[in-house]
Amino acid sequence: MSEELYYKSARELSGLLKAGEVSAVELTQSIIGRTKAVEERVGAFNSYDEGDAVSQAEASDQRRAAGETVGALDGIPVGIKDVLAVKDQPLTCSSKMLENFISPYDATCIQKLKQSGAVLWGRLNMDEFAMGSSTENSATHPTSNPWNLNCVPGGSSGGSAAAVAAGEAVLTLGSDTGGSIRQPASYCGVVGLKPTYGRVSRFGLAAFASSLDQVGPMARSVEDAALLLQAISGHDLRDSTSFRAEVPDFSKSFESLKGKKWKLGLPKEYFEKALDSAAMEPVQQAIDFYRELGCEIKEVSLPHTEYAVAVYYIIATAEASSNLARYDGIRYTHRAENFDPKDSVDVYNQSRAEGFGEEVKRRIILGTYALSSGYYDAYFLKAQKARTLIRQDFEKAYEEVDALLTPTSPSPAFEKGAKMEDPLSMYLSDIYTISANLAGIPGMSLPCGYSDGMPVGLQILGKPFREEEMLAIGQVFEDAHDFKNQHPEL
Amino acid sequence: MSETGKIDIDYVAKLARIALSEEEKAKFSDQLGSILGYVEKLEELDTEGVEATAHPYPMENVWQEDVVSSELPVEGALRNAPKQRQNMIVVPKVVE
Repeated sequence: MSEELYYKSARELSGLLKAGEVSAVELTQSIIGRTKAVEERVGAFNSYDEGDAVSQAEASDQRRAAGETVGALDGIPVGIKDVLAVKDQPLTCSSKMLENFISPYDATCIQKLKQSGAVLWGRLNMDEFAMGSSTENSATHPTSNPWNLNCVPGGSSGGSAAAVAAGEAVLTLGSDTGGSIRQPASYCGVVGLKPTYGRVSRFGLAAFASSLDQVGPMARSVEDAALLLQAISGHDLRDSTSFRAEVPDFSKSFESLKGKKWKLGLPKEYFEKALDSAAMEPVQQAIDFYRELGCEIKEVSLPHTEYAVAVYYIIATAEASSNLARYDGIRYTHRAENFDPKDSVDVYNQSRAEGFGEEVKRRIILGTYALSSGYYDAYFLKAQKARTLIRQDFEKAYEEVDALLTPTSPSPAFEKGAKMEDPLSMYLSDIYTISANLAGIPGMSLPCGYSDGMPVGLQILGKPFREEEMLAIGQVFEDAHDFKNQHPEL
Repeated sequence: MSETGKIDIDYVAKLARIALSEEEKAKFSDQLGSILGYVEKLEELDTEGVEATAHPYPMENVWQEDVVSSELPVEGALRNAPKQRQNMIVVPKVVE
């Protein structure tokens, strides 16, 4: 049994731990062993600290022995995207800029995970500062897709998705600014959920675009994603944009929604252009599944969809150019050795030139341009107004339907290097996911089939602060299929 | 918007405080030109009278009690400084 512990669900493992059939140390050792066996091929991690993980697991076992177990995640290894602060662990954002950075404090979601007893496991690779859709923009190394090592795992949370798919973690945390949880989840055949903006505190998440960023769970099943979402959700005094409301018991409330005949919308603008895409067949079959279940399937219109990518790349880069100004070479980052001492700002210019990779520079330049005098109204303000129209499209659609079904990505995972020289085509691979960030609504991707052997994701977009509905919709599909038990051959 | 979508790359790099190499300047000018060309489709959108969204949900001021609660000790705050001395960050000399 032990050799497959690493592919069991958090729910099942929680039961085994409770029954004393397995210890947290055994489970953690199984994850460590699996990681060592496949990591050379997958490359999901920037670093991991075995000793630290084992001592967390020992503490969990001691709590259990003393009858002081703190929750369903107690003793479960959870991998962490290298964008979240874990006290005394590295936080690199896969950037040379932060190559030596050690977090002096915990992010709020990390603090909550610690309170839930989870074993925090490793630092997962990503596109530098979460900017990218393939994890090729990492300063450390590209991560491979466990289903085909020549393909990208998606991004920016590519390490988080690959680790879950490869059994190198039971659960992982990712972050999603324009699809960075959902798109890699679809590429790697796992479940990824971006919560409603404000559901999860952003304190301790290295900021990319503050009005779009959310932390969320990645898992091999809907139920496990719900467990992890539960642990990290809730209002936080240290994030003024976090939502002041009670968090529902996701697992309970989505169980009670099972069997509901939902009204599900198909945004026609998402399907018009996607008809010939290889990713569409499994998505169409998933839609048929809901129809046969007795759900009302209805075409809806999100008329401003065609502007979403343009709006996103103005707003996200503008916010990034401002947020990343903090990496100045002075206080806690890489500092250049060689600069012109006669020019008081050259130490910034040189440190940033050395510390940032190409995509990060490109986006800072674009965002700086969009905010610069003379262009602010034409680009940034215009994009913010268009964002209002995109948000209103969803409000109107949700008057008619409970949730929307769409493909997660226009295509399955592509080969490494295929889009690196064409940033615009890389940006367009986010076309189905970015609107959710602009509108602030929750979205999830779950596996719904394969195209040429590569996983395809179904995206469910839900109403704001109704993640349990979205989870319930995903769960009925998952229950009727076997995708959660299908793993890549490694 | 701009006439051609052409960026004054030297000026923007200066604003962004990034010393770009000549190759980067040439490459980014081209790529950003095509991205801006794509973004210009926003021009056709009528946004007359539409309010700008800065945030997904309407935000109001969030007030809290003013209580000292910082948990970050000086050593913690300084541990990542590239150079430090006597609880201070050492910076390059900028005045004569």
